[in-house]
Amino acid sequence: MEITISIITGIMIIGALYAIHAKDLLSSVIACGIVGYSLVICFLLLKAPDLAIVQIVVDTITLIIMVAVVLDSSREEKYSSLDKQGYVNAITGFLFIVIFLWFFIASIQELDVLGKSTLRMAGPYIEGAAQKTGSANLVTGVVFDFRGYDTMGEAVVLVTAVLGVLTILRLKGKK
Amino acid sequence: MIAYIMCFILFLVGLYGVITRRNLIKIAVSLSIMEISTFLFFALIGYIDGGVAPIVDPANPVQTYVDPLPQALVLTAIVIGLATTAMLMAIIIRLYRKYGTFDIREIKNLRG
Amino acid sequence: MTLIVKKTTQLISGMIFMYGIYVIIHGHLTPGGGFAGGVIVAGSLILIMLAQGGDFLKLVKEEAGTTIVESLATLMVISIAAAGFLFGTHVFFNNFLPKGIVGQLVSAGVLPLYNIFVGTEVAASIFIIFLSLIIFKEESPQ
Repeated sequence: MEITISIITGIMIIGALYAIHAKDLLSSVIACGIVGYSLVICFLLLKAPDLAIVQIVVDTITLIIMVAVVLDSSREEKYSSLDKQGYVNAITGFLFIVIFLWFFIASIQELDVLGKSTLRMAGPYIEGAAQKTGSANLVTGVVFDFRGYDTMGEAVVLVTAVLGVLTILRLKGKK
Repeated sequence: MIAYIMCFILFLVGLYGVITRRNLIKIAVSLSIMEISTFLFFALIGYIDGGVAPIVDPANPVQTYVDPLPQALVLTAIVIGLATTAMLMAIIIRLYRKYGTFDIREIKNLRG
Repeated sequence: MTLIVKKTTQLISGMIFMYGIYVIIHGHLTPGGGFAGGVIVAGSLILIMLAQGGDFLKLVKEEAGTTIVESLATLMVISIAAAGFLFGTHVFFNNFLPKGIVGQLVSAGVLPLYNIFVGTEVAASIFIIFLSLIIFKEESPQ
């Protein structure tokens, strides 16, 4: 299981590196869609069917919106040589990458191998959950009954995002 | 252990894209790649060897289930990520209509 | 769009809509639930809107109606959560309807009602984002 997920993540890394360095903007956006579709295979291998259904439709809708923005313009990235500001950016980027990687490797020594680490609240959430909430789908029971505040916060965030989009894309006001 | 490190390398590739790219579309694509690596990390933590998907079958109710709590957290995070990306794209369209370019250095120099 | 695309999307988008409603209603028995079914319904509406096109006044009227549906669905989610104060133990998010037998369609208390209202709200939100993008492109002078 660990070898399979590492190989699929390696494919995602190659796709992400191409998406950053592509010359044509449309190719870059389509490569971002491929990274999202590979995540669906990873979710199905990790026994999470709810997440696979949501991710495959959300990635398609994101691809539609990005292509609608890119096709409206001249589709190329103006390549220019590295000037002084570009060198400062690249050195800062490498410094951050090295520091983050060192701290991450130092901090996951606490975790067990993949598949054996159990979080502390896993036991109380699983046993007796079907009797306490009455639903056969445990993820729905956790989302709407044990953790109802998160769902209410998510609904409010969606309404706020729609309010923001409607305000930005308005050309003429009402009289 | 190597699956966690590969997942974090994907996050670092996205971070490198946000810091060093000058085109607005490339910055939005790199931000989306960072979010995808976070969802993968959450799903990796909640996995138990030999477990089945967390749906209770009434004929066979006692089994080893995969932990449902990280899956519930990722479920709302995916939809919120879509709303945030759509709002970023709306701002990018307005900037392109006003200044005529996607490059952030030239937008900074123009001073509307 | 050509005639083949228009006829094919007319035949298929109805089936995708029915599949989305099935995933919402059976949210407590099979994988899925409110969020997954909501984005599937939004996907079918985006498909029919992309293929048929539309003139400007019809799109503005549809956007006004969808905004009202989204606001009403969010209000119903919060009012069902607040109605837990009146029955049983007085807490927010109380599961106050009878719980039934695990595995049947009518069971699990308030959870099917939550699924339906959250699914409607997510579908309306994503459809409004897409509609305002199309209206912006039609309205701005080229």
